[in-house]
Amino acid sequence: MRKELGLLLLLVVVSAITAAINPLFLSGVNLLDMANLIGLFGVFSIGEGLTIITGGIDLSIGSMFALLGVVFVDLLTEYQMAWPLALLIIIAGGVLLGGLQAFLITRLRMQPFIVTLCGLLIYRGAARYYTTDSTRGFGYGDEADTLRSLAAGHLYGIPNTFLFLVILAVVMGVVLHRSVYGRYLFAVGKNEEAARFSGIRTGLVIAGAYVLSGGLAGVSTVLLVFYTNSVSPSSFGNFYELYAIAAAVLGGCSLRGGEGSIIGIVLGTALLQVLQNLVNILGIPSSLNFAVMGTVILLGVLADQQLQARRKLAAAQASTARAAAAPALARQGQQT
Amino acid sequence: MADMLLELAGITKTYPGVVALDDVSLRVMRGEVLGLIGENGAGKSTLMKILGGVAEPTAGVIRIDGRDHRALTVAGATRAGIAFVHQELNLFENLDVASNVFIGRERLRGGPLMLLDNRAQHARVAPLLERLGADFAPDTPVELLSIAQRQMVEIAKALSVDARVIIMDEPTSSLTLSETERLLRVVADLKAAGVAIIFITHRLAEIMTCADRVVVLRDGRTVGELARGELSHGAMIRLMIGRDLKSLYLPPQSEPRPGGCDIAGLVTSAFPDRSIDLSVRHGEILGLAGLVGAGRTSFARTVFGIDRRLAGEVRLDGAPVRIASPRDAIRQGIYLVPEDRKRAGLVLDMPIRENITLADLLHHARLLLIDRGSETRVARAQAASLGIKAPGVETQAVTLSGGNQQKVVLAKWLSMQPRVVIFDEPTRGIDVGAKTEIYALMRGLADRGVAIAMISSDMEEVIGVSDRIAVMHEGRISGVLDRARFSEYNVLRLAIGQALEPAETAEDMT
Repeated sequence: MRKELGLLLLLVVVSAITAAINPLFLSGVNLLDMANLIGLFGVFSIGEGLTIITGGIDLSIGSMFALLGVVFVDLLTEYQMAWPLALLIIIAGGVLLGGLQAFLITRLRMQPFIVTLCGLLIYRGAARYYTTDSTRGFGYGDEADTLRSLAAGHLYGIPNTFLFLVILAVVMGVVLHRSVYGRYLFAVGKNEEAARFSGIRTGLVIAGAYVLSGGLAGVSTVLLVFYTNSVSPSSFGNFYELYAIAAAVLGGCSLRGGEGSIIGIVLGTALLQVLQNLVNILGIPSSLNFAVMGTVILLGVLADQQLQARRKLAAAQASTARAAAAPALARQGQQT
Repeated sequence: MADMLLELAGITKTYPGVVALDDVSLRVMRGEVLGLIGENGAGKSTLMKILGGVAEPTAGVIRIDGRDHRALTVAGATRAGIAFVHQELNLFENLDVASNVFIGRERLRGGPLMLLDNRAQHARVAPLLERLGADFAPDTPVELLSIAQRQMVEIAKALSVDARVIIMDEPTSSLTLSETERLLRVVADLKAAGVAIIFITHRLAEIMTCADRVVVLRDGRTVGELARGELSHGAMIRLMIGRDLKSLYLPPQSEPRPGGCDIAGLVTSAFPDRSIDLSVRHGEILGLAGLVGAGRTSFARTVFGIDRRLAGEVRLDGAPVRIASPRDAIRQGIYLVPEDRKRAGLVLDMPIRENITLADLLHHARLLLIDRGSETRVARAQAASLGIKAPGVETQAVTLSGGNQQKVVLAKWLSMQPRVVIFDEPTRGIDVGAKTEIYALMRGLADRGVAIAMISSDMEEVIGVSDRIAVMHEGRISGVLDRARFSEYNVLRLAIGQALEPAETAEDMT
């Protein structure tokens, strides 16, 4: 929890400074706008976080948005499909793509980076080919009004996307931190060999993370489509996988695997959105957007690493002190 | 031929609490093959580390060309003409032969550009390979070479620095018979050219063929030296054994029960042309002895479903069980306490509680949600009954001592229903007190009717703890001893693939 508290503190400090410079930061409109974006980005960042906890990565989600997005718009406009069916098809599509990647990673033992990088290239290409690079959008008709009001509406003024993220975070928090599957995820991420020696089907556990990431990407597609109202296959969702990775890493997920928490990922997403917002609201040239984000992530991870190293050193000193008190154990420690 | 190349005088090496070498003296003459033998843990590796400049002796003198050194550095050892052909080959598989030979001292061209001069390297390596009778070229990638060929690369590397003493550590352990013969011919050629060779092996027959002189180590001491004329298997084994074994034996509290685990015709991927037949009764501790590399660990991994079983079957109380993964084995109550507890036994960054329940998590869960209370209860009960010394069950496993870590691995299995437990080197790197506790735990398990197989390279342990001993040699069981015939001599004879002496041979030889 220490990491999450630190992150929360950072979030509060950054917000306070921004608000002090420009009080508009705290205006209702701005806060709700941010909440909406946090909801949109948080959903797929949680999926990304799961793959990172297994020690892998999912680079393909941004392109999945484009491919699933154009299909989704077409299903609703071109084919006039009932929205529940279209929604189901898109989520199933994400699960399928995730499952395909999981198969390549766990069964054919390919590296997650390569598999999902190729996914990134292939899905983007497929989306552009399918639409011959033309933008797909809703007309002025009332396609899927019910779904639109679910995905892009408000409840008591709070964006539904944000509410959805809160519910999802609670559910995934229970899955990750309270369920058998969550424990297996951490065990596999920390030490796959020991997990295997304990009878855990490590391949299935890892595959589950990619399938969940794909499924959540499917859900995100729908949310994002109703946010932008149109899908340009060459740019829709570009770089979003990197936002997700950044949020997860900022939130305490280690790229070595076995570390991370849902609350951390959500806070990481929030911090990223606050940073984006801060660039706008403080009148920093928007071209510096990425640079600001990069700098904060770099400093955040650096600070975390230094703090951890110091904590580890303290723990080591404590244990050598204990070992010195018990000579038999000391000998042991040095031999192994 | 009697000029001395190298002399070690009174070398002692102590690690905190352990004397690895005690007043060892050794001389190496030009153009001789010196055999160095001793049991696992007799001090051979430490001695070689000192010669290689990796370890610094606590006392003693290393004399090279009449000059005394207190210790060698790696560079100093190389300069003195000492070269190694390692047991685990230290080659870069992604580079070619010549690059490996010249690694770290590449021939350069192009002045400040520091380009590799591949042509010069190849030209220099080719005659070396020819001299060794190698059947590959300097530009062959090492990954395409067999183990025997890789050894030739190592030897070529030694010759390229004009080594005068080449130390070969178990060079033939992974070679076929014809490859071994070829290596022994190379050894003879090198010797004729005036190179001295220290030949470390467990295979006494090779020593008989090639050694001019044999030095025997036991418990870190030189216990004897045999000249060429005095060499015989019996003489060598007698020198290797003969230490006082402390009695560790805890007799069983109950009669051996019927049934157990029968392994029939098991073929492991490590020795695809050998098969293993072995039975462990409920209520007994079966020691599994043998030299390092005899195939005991891969036997254990195969039974547990980690490695693929090429043939054969495992029967539990007479009924065949299907084991394709550790999960299958665990469901049958067959558990493995692995050799490398930090890598395979524990998730070090997890607390004791999570490590103990990891293999049985579904038992601690309702609707797939973990019941921490149930976990904590079981973990506390196990920690108390095994005497795990830690501030609490939330302590990370990484902070525990080796003995306590091993107890956590045990607790994981004891909290379930064990029927067969395989221990692979259960007390390696564990202090004496914790060892005794682990022996008592093993006996307690056996008395509850569990069948126990204990792989151990520690002679004292294997003889002291087991009810029966099966000995493995190069992928098969070379013999099974009951307590009446337990002796270091018998175990060692079987371990090096010799039959027991006629008077001692009996019906239970397999």
